[in-house]
Amino acid sequence: MSEVLVVIDHAEGEVKKPTYELLTIARRLGAPSAVFFGSPDQGDAVAEKVKRYGAAKVYVIDDAPIKGFLVAPKAEALQQLVEQASSNGDLAAILLPSTFENKEVAARLAIKIGSGLITDAVDVSAGSDGSAVTTQSVFAGNYTVQAKVTTGTPIITVKPNSAAPEEAEGAGAVEAFAATISDAAKGAQVVATQPRQSTGRPELTEAAIVVSGGRGTGGNFEPVEGFADSLGAAVGASRAAVDSGWMPHAFQVGQTGKTVSPQLYVANGISGAIQHRAGMQTSKTIVAVNKDPEAPIFELVDFGVVGDLHTVLPAARQQITDRSAAH
Amino acid sequence: MNIVVCVKYVPDATADRKFEDDNTVDRVGVDGLLSELDEYAVEQALQFREKREGEDITVTALTVGPEKAVDAVRKALQMGADSGVHVVDDAIAGSDYLGTSLVLAKAIEKIKADTGADLVMCGMASTDASGSVVPAMLAERLGLPQVTLASVVESQGDQVRIKRDNEGSTEVIGATLPIVLSVTDQSGEARYPSFKGIMAAKKKPLETWSLTDLGLDAEQVGLSVAYTQVEDTTARPPRTAGEVVTDEDGSGATALVEFLASKKFI
Ligand SMILES: Cc1cc2nc3c(=O)[nH]c(=O)nc-3n(C[C@H](O)[C@H](O)[C@H](O)COP(=O)(O)OP(=O)(O)OC[C@H]3O[C@@H](n4cnc5c(N)ncnc54)[C@H](O)[C@@H]3O)c2cc1C
Ligand SMILES: Nc1ncnc2c1ncn2[C@@H]1O[C@H](COP(=O)(O)O)[C@@H](O)[C@H]1O
Repeated sequence: MSEVLVVIDHAEGEVKKPTYELLTIARRLGAPSAVFFGSPDQGDAVAEKVKRYGAAKVYVIDDAPIKGFLVAPKAEALQQLVEQASSNGDLAAILLPSTFENKEVAARLAIKIGSGLITDAVDVSAGSDGSAVTTQSVFAGNYTVQAKVTTGTPIITVKPNSAAPEEAEGAGAVEAFAATISDAAKGAQVVATQPRQSTGRPELTEAAIVVSGGRGTGGNFEPVEGFADSLGAAVGASRAAVDSGWMPHAFQVGQTGKTVSPQLYVANGISGAIQHRAGMQTSKTIVAVNKDPEAPIFELVDFGVVGDLHTVLPAARQQITDRSAAH
Repeated sequence: MNIVVCVKYVPDATADRKFEDDNTVDRVGVDGLLSELDEYAVEQALQFREKREGEDITVTALTVGPEKAVDAVRKALQMGADSGVHVVDDAIAGSDYLGTSLVLAKAIEKIKADTGADLVMCGMASTDASGSVVPAMLAERLGLPQVTLASVVESQGDQVRIKRDNEGSTEVIGATLPIVLSVTDQSGEARYPSFKGIMAAKKKPLETWSLTDLGLDAEQVGLSVAYTQVEDTTARPPRTAGEVVTDEDGSGATALVEFLASKKFI
């Protein structure tokens, strides 16, 4: 069976959910080999996790020499891995979780190996000839596009929530891969990082429920956050709320923020501009609270409340709390 | 020193964007404009020049696109760029990222041969393709480091420092020119062209190049040799608007909670 490389998304060895989604998708195309850029100490523990989702192999690439350098070293390492894998057998595709960093790694890799690149797929399946066919959501979610790579080994970045992770036992054979990194690849370097404080809420792009607030909050996000917490949801914001300094940019949903595709999206005090829609239109169920019955967001909703978020949300929160206390 | 700003002409996001019969983006039938996200790149290029007054810094706006795409360059000139280059050739139509980045890279190399180009500036993404990959591809093709998604740009001599939001942190990145740099819409409002700027733009040098001018063959770019192929495009069925209730004395919250319960969210 042909091999499919899947780049693992993790933080210090803590494997993130999109990785399992990607492994599930990869099995439609061939035998997944997970690629771990990280500390070799964590290789075995990571392998234990990813083999449960079908990873036949786990390539461990020591990231000590490249940590803190942007993008180019990872692209070089992947190029060398791709060359090895292709000479050992058939390589069906290279899948990466669609983060900004990975898209850039994929971009450089595409040039290096002369392969086509498809970004931000929301689904990948095997076409009639077994090769990868991708689905993308474009023009702010107004169009669905089916595409495939026609030259080289398909490189595809896949958005979070594109598949439900399904377990399948893989061999999970750990293989250290020694990459040679050129000095030229080390031209851009992280000179300082400041970790953002964790909110204790789910990760925005991975959450099953997202509750967002916009200009209509008037800067008071308490009703939005309280309601979110009663649902165990992540909190998001419109650009208007971010530009006003009410929420950090990391919470922004939309074209220039995060794209979310949760089971439930609740927009509060958000008008529904095209750039905001671009980041949430593919949510399964959409709910809005807005005091203007003419707000464009209502064109999208499965359920809407015309009302003031400052009264509706706290009351709804109270009822949800009462319900769960009664159970 | 010369800064090349890559500006893309895109279909207006607020218009009805659509595809052609061959599944390429309709770039003619839909009104276009300079991608709003590239205005931020032009702004930062101009500020880079203005902050380093006294140095000989020029800004060249570059676009690859159909006839009308020259409007994107014109807008950049009106905002304050010094010169413009429009690469246009029928053979380029339908290029994917690899094709587009090849043409851009060749054009940058040509500009560099004439005036030097130490800094290539891009927007964070084009508003039509939204790939955020062309800057990285340019960096790869030009053999340069890439410093992307900047919300703050600072420079001194040949050192550039940027600040940016990363997944779980805020980062400061450092690099030495020449580099490829992309900036986000957090980098600061882009200026409007002034009346004076609009008049001055008419006299600024604006060159039009074809593939031949760049030493490229038609067989190297365009739809027929694209590395990817769009097989099908379908308009998403409009969401059928659901029930909308008006809140009266708390009825809205009750209806909302009932809806959420009916969908098993609570
Ligand atoms: C290049 C570009 C990129 C962009 N990227 C993004 C992006 O990534 N994300 C994004 O969100 N936007 C983005 N925008 C901005 C976008 O166009 C809108 O300006 C923005 O989404 C508006 O935010 P809003 O809905 O919160 O504010 P508004 O449009 O001002 O809407 C506020 C809404 O709140 C309602 N309201 C007011 N008070 C209350 C109340 N008490 N209770 C209930 N409702 C109330 C009002 O009726 C109104 O509908 C981008 C724009 C551009 C040009
Ligand atoms: N055809 C083009 N002409 C000029 N610049 C472009 C073109 N395509 C992309 N770019 C630049 O690359 C950036 C990212 O584009 P993309 O990778 O398509 O999202 C844009 O913001 C532009 O600065």
